[in-house]
Amino acid sequence: MQSAQGYPVLPSRVSSRDEEHQKNREANLESLAQVEVALAKARAGGGPKYTERHVAAGKLLPRERVELLLDRDSHFLELCALAGHDISGHTTGASSISGVGVVSGVECLVSASDATVKGGAVNEYGVLKSQRLGEIAAQNRLPAINLVESAGADLPNQHKIFVPGGRGFRELTRRSKERVPTVCLVFGSSTAGGAYIPGMSDYTVMVKRQAQVYLAGPPLVKMATGEDADHEELGGAEMHSKVSGVSDYLAEDERDALRIGREIIAHLGWKKLGPAPASSFEAPRYDAEELLGIASADLRVPFDPREVIARVVDGSRFSEFKPSYGSTLVTGWASVHGYPVGILANHGVLFSDSANKGAQFIQLCNQTDTPLLFLQNISGFMVGKRYEQEGIIKNGAKLINAVSNSTVPAVTIMTGMSYGAGNYAMCGRAYEPRFLFSWPNHRIAVMGGKQLAGVLDIIQRGAAAKRGTEVDEQHLEMMKKMLELQIESESSPLFASAHLWDDGVIDPRHTREVVAISLSAAHSARVEGTTSWGVFRH
Amino acid sequence: MGVSRILVANRGEIAQRIFRTAHEMGMGTVAVYSEADRGLPFVREAEQAVCIGPAPASESYLRVEAILAAARATGADAVHPGFGFLAENADFARACEAAGLTFIGPSADAIARMGSKREAKRLAEAAGVPVIPGYAGDDQSTEALSRAALTIGFPVLIKASAGGGGKGMRVALAEAELSHAIEGAKREAASAFGDDSLLIERYISAPRHVEIQILADTHGNLVHLLERECSIQRRHQKVIEEAPSVALDAALRARMGEAALAVAKSVSYTSAGTVEFILDEQKNFYFLEVNTRLQVEHPVTEAITGVDIVREQIRIALGERLELTQGELVPRGAAIECRLYAEDPGQGFLPTTGRLCDFWLPEQPGLRVDSGVEAGTEVSIHYDPMLAKIITWGADREEARRRLVRVLSAASVHGVVTNLDFLRQVLEHEAFIAGRLSTGFIAEHFPAPAPSALPEGGLEELACAALACDFEARRAERALLPGLTPGFRNNPSAPQRTSYQHQGATLMVSYRAESARRLTITVGERTFGFEVLSWRPPELSYEVTTEGAPTGGGAQTGGSAPVRRSAPIRRSARVVRDGERWFVSSPLGGVTLTELPRFPEQQAQVEPGAESAPMPGRVVQLLAQVGSSVEVGAPLVVLEAMKMEHTVRASSSGELTEVRVAVGDQVEGGDVLVVVRPSE
Repeated sequence: MQSAQGYPVLPSRVSSRDEEHQKNREANLESLAQVEVALAKARAGGGPKYTERHVAAGKLLPRERVELLLDRDSHFLELCALAGHDISGHTTGASSISGVGVVSGVECLVSASDATVKGGAVNEYGVLKSQRLGEIAAQNRLPAINLVESAGADLPNQHKIFVPGGRGFRELTRRSKERVPTVCLVFGSSTAGGAYIPGMSDYTVMVKRQAQVYLAGPPLVKMATGEDADHEELGGAEMHSKVSGVSDYLAEDERDALRIGREIIAHLGWKKLGPAPASSFEAPRYDAEELLGIASADLRVPFDPREVIARVVDGSRFSEFKPSYGSTLVTGWASVHGYPVGILANHGVLFSDSANKGAQFIQLCNQTDTPLLFLQNISGFMVGKRYEQEGIIKNGAKLINAVSNSTVPAVTIMTGMSYGAGNYAMCGRAYEPRFLFSWPNHRIAVMGGKQLAGVLDIIQRGAAAKRGTEVDEQHLEMMKKMLELQIESESSPLFASAHLWDDGVIDPRHTREVVAISLSAAHSARVEGTTSWGVFRH
Repeated sequence: MGVSRILVANRGEIAQRIFRTAHEMGMGTVAVYSEADRGLPFVREAEQAVCIGPAPASESYLRVEAILAAARATGADAVHPGFGFLAENADFARACEAAGLTFIGPSADAIARMGSKREAKRLAEAAGVPVIPGYAGDDQSTEALSRAALTIGFPVLIKASAGGGGKGMRVALAEAELSHAIEGAKREAASAFGDDSLLIERYISAPRHVEIQILADTHGNLVHLLERECSIQRRHQKVIEEAPSVALDAALRARMGEAALAVAKSVSYTSAGTVEFILDEQKNFYFLEVNTRLQVEHPVTEAITGVDIVREQIRIALGERLELTQGELVPRGAAIECRLYAEDPGQGFLPTTGRLCDFWLPEQPGLRVDSGVEAGTEVSIHYDPMLAKIITWGADREEARRRLVRVLSAASVHGVVTNLDFLRQVLEHEAFIAGRLSTGFIAEHFPAPAPSALPEGGLEELACAALACDFEARRAERALLPGLTPGFRNNPSAPQRTSYQHQGATLMVSYRAESARRLTITVGERTFGFEVLSWRPPELSYEVTTEGAPTGGGAQTGGSAPVRRSAPIRRSARVVRDGERWFVSSPLGGVTLTELPRFPEQQAQVEPGAESAPMPGRVVQLLAQVGSSVEVGAPLVVLEAMKMEHTVRASSSGELTEVRVAVGDQVEGGDVLVVVRPSE
């Protein structure tokens, strides 16, 4: 096993009394407060009226179900909590609570539908979220536990979900084929298409007098065949447990269902396929609190990613690779909670040398089955005559090739900018890192708002010159301002998270914990590098 | 005659006590034990041990033959009977002598003569020792009774000969009340017992029980080892004893000592014995009886005299001379003993049973613990429920008392209901502190004993301690990311929760880990900052701060209202777990908390022989009548459900005793349709 114990301790130049540090801290706390407002919306579910009604019916709230399902004092990394946030017609969290949690000592992907939000109906963000969760379960080989109570498809919006929504069932059974089971606990309605969730799960538990699982409810049956039937006859827990066999276990009540769910996971005899972490490791030497002052609020101001690494990795110990070459990409080895990682962190724009260095580093990590941690803060690849002539395209392509074909698990943290092809080269969402989280100061777009406005300015002036007319300075200024504002808001972390470009916005101070949980979850699957790559253009 | 190996015909703490001295004197030891006592410490402490029968004492500890056989088998040449069981059985003493074993105790003759209360009283009177004056004559006329009363001297107690329970009992303070009291007592005695004969004796108000320890060798030397006061009694049994007695001065001590020795001389007593007296408020003492054995409470005497009474018993039995002289026997300091019993003070001190989950007493200068139990000991119904004797010595009575209170306060005795709390309450009672004792002390001051109340917030803090230990135990076992802050949430919604049952009430506990060892815990309405400093089971050391409610009515959390936090207090507790039960002891007091399960057991209740509907449906046919006998598999009821007919069949053979449904009834799944009483 690789050991990070002997790596040198990173020095730190951070002073929390520094004015820049203070300003960053204040700005980041302000952004975090906005994130907290959004998270509070996610936690509030359907609001007081519907949650009170739910509780009055003697039911546990979905978050209570999740808490009870999890092992006591174990962690729960909630994922995609902000899906659908601030999108017209959608609620924050897309009517489900999901994340990686520990059940009977096994890391699972837990997802609970929230019936207080439109009866738990699934809309297109719900579909996107559940697809993302399915991906996480499959890639990391995590047993899935679904806590179902859902009105089914959001019918008025069925056109947005019907066709893509079918994939979920296919993925579920494909995971089963790969011996990654799904356990379904049915707390309420799970009808029509939704009935295939219990129907296709490896294990299904239904709660007595609550679960209703049928293809068609009494009104639809009456309409289709003229038959009179009540809910229990059509799809009650007792019927499915004793007659149809759709349910494998009849739970007396909700707690009983959760207990049975825990029992099922316990008997899986689950073994993680990745190597075990080092049994002892040190805490970082520096205070994670200082990350709030390190992360630039004004992204034009660069910050040394080593200061971040020093607050995330075990013992702040980092073995840097090629420290004197391609210095705008910091690479090296460290460990997080005993898990070895190879880190790639931006320290400025990507040049040919830094891109080449990154590609080589990824290959080395694959040689040793070492997972990757990307700390993104990238404005893009360098542009200009000299750099084009140096082959920045082919060198950037090498890095993208390496990122694309790497098979060791990767975790990406967005610590600042994520612009242009830099997003791709640094294992952005499309490059399937196992987990991807953003800091609240993060901005993501094809380019920054100011830059786009600048491009607009040049184009407008060029067009005016061609026409031989004067530029309407006032109008141009207004157009630039509007574009800048639009880009700004569409590149904010809340916008990104709402559109599932990441798995969540995290408090920078929690980075070490989040990375650790992600790595540990990723080690449920085999950790194996590759030696085969696409053609590198040299 | 030499002795090299002593068999102790007893069990528990007294056996251990005797082994200790025997080992000190270089002698071998043999334990005898019943099957129930196989695992007790005294069996292990002896050099050899022999099982002498099943649990009931009559089949083990009282079986003389088995004990003698054990002595033969192990080569024991002496027997110490301890107290209780065969200790005052003259036949046993004789049987030992006949078997060639040295009996460590008085002669069989002395045991026999002092065993008869009437004979003992006669001997005492003959020796000039005062006895309680009384009349029990055949002439039951009011005149004769009145005359007797006048001779005895007022106040007198008039009671039914056949009596008990206070019926037919009267106190007459002066002659004028006499005839009225006699008539009343007669009437009551006649109606209660069908016998109106009366006894009269001197009424002693607020009597103290004071006894004198004596030692006599076989060469005619006698000394007394001063007195013990044993007035604190319940159910006519001593619970707290002390030496010396606050009621005695040197002169009275000398007079009572002389009286005790006079009684002993009258039967040529040898070995250790105790002469018991009643002492009235006027400091008159009256002979009660002689105990021809080592007493339970002998340690207080040992503490103030420095004499090892068991050692003296053994030396006397070996024929050696007493080396003690009366002149050197003066009290040094003071000692108090309390008897820790498995009994429930709240239920009339009735014995309790169960497994001791913890038995621990703190270190304390001047402390002596004579205990026969340990954590894990099963307290059974078979023997005396005394668990231990806890004795403290102090330079004076108050120091001894404070030391004992401190020990009891920190003690952790759990799993069985005990009188621990009650003993502490007695020791802290102002009348006890003042030394105002009498045999009616408990009835007067503790008519209905209740458990000690914890200080405000104490229960909640002890619940925090239990929770913290539970938390620590889980943390230590955690395999996944053991270094992660427990309960990490990136979007915290609810705190971790658990709940405990305490004396019928439920304590709701929620908590959040701030770090691996720092918790914020809310119990009921109280919030604590709780930091585990060390946890070496079962010792917990922690620092606690309490949060006052934020001032102002705002329900805002994390708002501007400052939370008032107390200065941290460092404390330690002993926390023991037994299944779902948590026993927490600390200077605040002790509690038993029962953790409520996260997932209550769910079991569908099934009546025996009940045949129930497997699903909702409608009854369409009944195929058997009440009274008919059915074979297993016989069709009983036809249900229509899901548009399908379903036949409910007998799951056992027997007689159909009940039909609970009629044709046409709509039934729910699980509803009982019919009941079959299984045959044979």
